[in-house]
Amino acid sequence: MDGLIGRLTNIFKAWISSLLGAAEDPALTLDYSYERQRELLQNVKRGVADVVTAKKRIQLQSDKLESTVVKLEGQARQALASGREDLARTALQRKVYAQQQLQGLESQAAGLEQQQQKLVESEQRLAMKVESFRSQKEVIKAEYSAAEAQVRIGEAATGIGEEMAETGLAIERARDRTEQLQARSAALDELVDSGTLEDFTGTSSSLDRQLDEIGATQLVEADLARLRGEIGTGTETQQLEQGAGR
Amino acid sequence: MIARVMGQGQYEVDEGLVERLNALDRKAMDALGREDEGELDRCLDEMGQLVQAEGQRIDDERLVASDIVIPPSDLTLEETRKLVSEVGFIPDPPA
Repeated sequence: MDGLIGRLTNIFKAWISSLLGAAEDPALTLDYSYERQRELLQNVKRGVADVVTAKKRIQLQSDKLESTVVKLEGQARQALASGREDLARTALQRKVYAQQQLQGLESQAAGLEQQQQKLVESEQRLAMKVESFRSQKEVIKAEYSAAEAQVRIGEAATGIGEEMAETGLAIERARDRTEQLQARSAALDELVDSGTLEDFTGTSSSLDRQLDEIGATQLVEADLARLRGEIGTGTETQQLEQGAGR
Repeated sequence: MIARVMGQGQYEVDEGLVERLNALDRKAMDALGREDEGELDRCLDEMGQLVQAEGQRIDDERLVASDIVIPPSDLTLEETRKLVSEVGFIPDPPA
């Protein structure tokens, strides 16, 4: 058994023996594990709350990104109308980037939703086992001799220990994902806060360099052609028109 | 014997099923070696589904130890690597 199942089974066994090894007196073991169970239930509730917060943050950021997309489109149009195709291109590059990030956020939000669902289910299963453990522990304490109690306690404690290990892992995984999302979302703040073109003379930022690397040239050029069509002018024709008007 | 499918609860399964699970497990380990996340996903999915389809669900209120633990089907490549390294896969119990 050296595959994933074997390793996971061993990890669970080791985790449970480290949990239960702490107290030698069965009665103490019971009280000790019950306390840990309550703590874990609190942790899983906090985990759910954290996921909900992360989801809200993503929603907020998606909304901002959507308005950034609209703003950049407007800036590109304006730049093109003033004969600044270079700036229009930069704005459109940012727009394409923002759209890509939006898609990424949407799929991550869906992932978080699943994570939340799993945590809630995990919490329910653990809560049920905690209740069951609580009543069994009273029965064991009252009805069995010390030796027999020890065996029964061992069984009950192992059963609930597994659920605790699983819940602990579910919380950890949800936390990892939430943290990854937060890091990503912090990186996106640059785009949302300063990603639109503040002025037409701005120097290229690290964001611009990233934009150059995303390989969205075709998308940007197609977008540019569309805008040109809508405005009905390009740099050259506009200069001609300006010349003719004088 | 009793199998725990992570995220799905515990199931009573026949010994014969374990052989089929091990075969899938070997495929999953190969996929991990090749860093083939799609194949890893498929193997993990199949393991969980096999137990759920052929095992008897154990009531959530029962407190019993599992003989084997099946990884969750949504385990990523990176999480699977961490699992294989066996170090710190499950956070320490609350102190």
